[in-house]
Amino acid sequence: MTGTHRRFTPLQRLLHWLMAAAILAMLFIGVGMVSTVTPKYLALVSLHKPLGIAILVLALIRLALRLSHGAPALPADLPEPMKLAAVLSHWALYALMIGMPLLGWGMLSAASYPVVLAGGIHLPSILPPSDRLHTLLWDAHYFLAFAFFALILLHVAAALFHALVRRDGVFEAMAPTPTRDEAAPAE
Amino acid sequence: MPEPHRSPARSALGPLVLIAAIVGAGAAAFAYTAGWLSPERLTPSKLVDALTPPSGPPLGHRRNHAKGICFTGLFEANGAGAALSRAQVFSQGQYPVLGRFNLGTPDPNAADAMERVRGLGLRIATPDGQEWRSAMIDLPFFPVATPQGFYELLVASGSKEPDAMKNFAAAHPEIAAFGAWAKSAPWTASYAEERFNSLNSFVFTDGSDAEHVVRWSLLPAAAPVDVAPEDLAKRGADFLNQDITERVAAGPQRWTMTVTVANPGDPTADPSKAWPADRRTIEVGTLVVQKIEAEADGPCRDINFDPTVLPAGIKTSDDPFPAARSAAYSISYNRRTAEAASYPRTTPGAKP
Repeated sequence: MTGTHRRFTPLQRLLHWLMAAAILAMLFIGVGMVSTVTPKYLALVSLHKPLGIAILVLALIRLALRLSHGAPALPADLPEPMKLAAVLSHWALYALMIGMPLLGWGMLSAASYPVVLAGGIHLPSILPPSDRLHTLLWDAHYFLAFAFFALILLHVAAALFHALVRRDGVFEAMAPTPTRDEAAPAE
Repeated sequence: MPEPHRSPARSALGPLVLIAAIVGAGAAAFAYTAGWLSPERLTPSKLVDALTPPSGPPLGHRRNHAKGICFTGLFEANGAGAALSRAQVFSQGQYPVLGRFNLGTPDPNAADAMERVRGLGLRIATPDGQEWRSAMIDLPFFPVATPQGFYELLVASGSKEPDAMKNFAAAHPEIAAFGAWAKSAPWTASYAEERFNSLNSFVFTDGSDAEHVVRWSLLPAAAPVDVAPEDLAKRGADFLNQDITERVAAGPQRWTMTVTVANPGDPTADPSKAWPADRRTIEVGTLVVQKIEAEADGPCRDINFDPTVLPAGIKTSDDPFPAARSAAYSISYNRRTAEAASYPRTTPGAKP
């Protein structure tokens, strides 16, 4: 899972920052749309669905890249609890990136709502109509959204801690800027 | 590349404060977006809570229009609507319909004679996989002009303050027209004799991408027979459900669907204002109700007649209500499906 290279590949970094923007937007759209009755509600709902599917697709691509390319090794002197937290939180983030869109799609299916993306594209129903499933999936989608946001705040705090306090190269591994060693990748 | 650097002597206080500030700002922005920092914001939950009767919410039921009965049938499009909208539902043909007759009350056990507002929920499916859902009522116009006004109406009518309704009417003079309608409009003894109206305006897009702001109505084929309210009060609590069940058993019941096109300058954002009667109106087809089923185990029970579920060729207009209704219906749906155990899911005396 870990490589000898010091940075994620440019494609991995591009996906990371693209998805960072998409997921943050998604969480704000979600929490905003359930709190308003103004016409913004419909605009936000109609953004939420295609953006969610886009995140699902990007997350699957990213997972494949992570499994094939791995990640830079964490600093050897990072305390074990922090290493463990880093590994667990990253897999939790992957689980949420992939799980949240599936939960949303599933709950709409269980509620017999048509799942319409931009441009009138219809997604098939992935679950049979069911009150019980809808309630379960809706609750999971709702509460995991808050957990997702909390985890992102933790992730941001940890990244900044690496960048500003420890200055150990962990942040640079995912930094959006190209560096000189890009021309000759470590692997 | 920055060298890995670990100098505990370096003061970490500044960066730590900065990190806390960034994380705190993110959390605050999220809380604001969620409405937690603006308690005055009208949320869908507040709107639905305001519908709660003094006896408590109707567990497992829709939070409004809680008493209803399911129907299935067809929409027979005559093709004329295709001039206004490219939605397949207006191409000549027959499309399956699922619907629900209902009363405008949060009480699932209300007596039919007591409820002034009668409604009809509709879902028309077309072979292209699209759906048109609509929830209509028998009023010719909505009692209030805005969703905020509707919320205030609910709060005022549930208030114990003696002047609550008077103050509400002073702030929302449009309510007077509803009062006049409720007093003077005739009562019928049948859903089959009711006219149902979209009230909200929507935008139809035709094959050449031209847009038309419209409202629609279902006009009953059965001639309305006025019945005095005091005579209705003598009937059983479920006379409307019994009547429609008997009528449909004897033969399909029909409504003509008409679409009325706004003139430039007509109030498209305010459903409390009817459009003048001379507006262009075209008949686009016929709703044929072929079968009635009790809601308890009927096909409409778990359907949310969200008026913003629309096929390509129909979209929402500048009328703010469909968005507010969609948001509130969603909350109502979430609550009642979560409470499914509290709903009597079979008709008394019906098949097990």
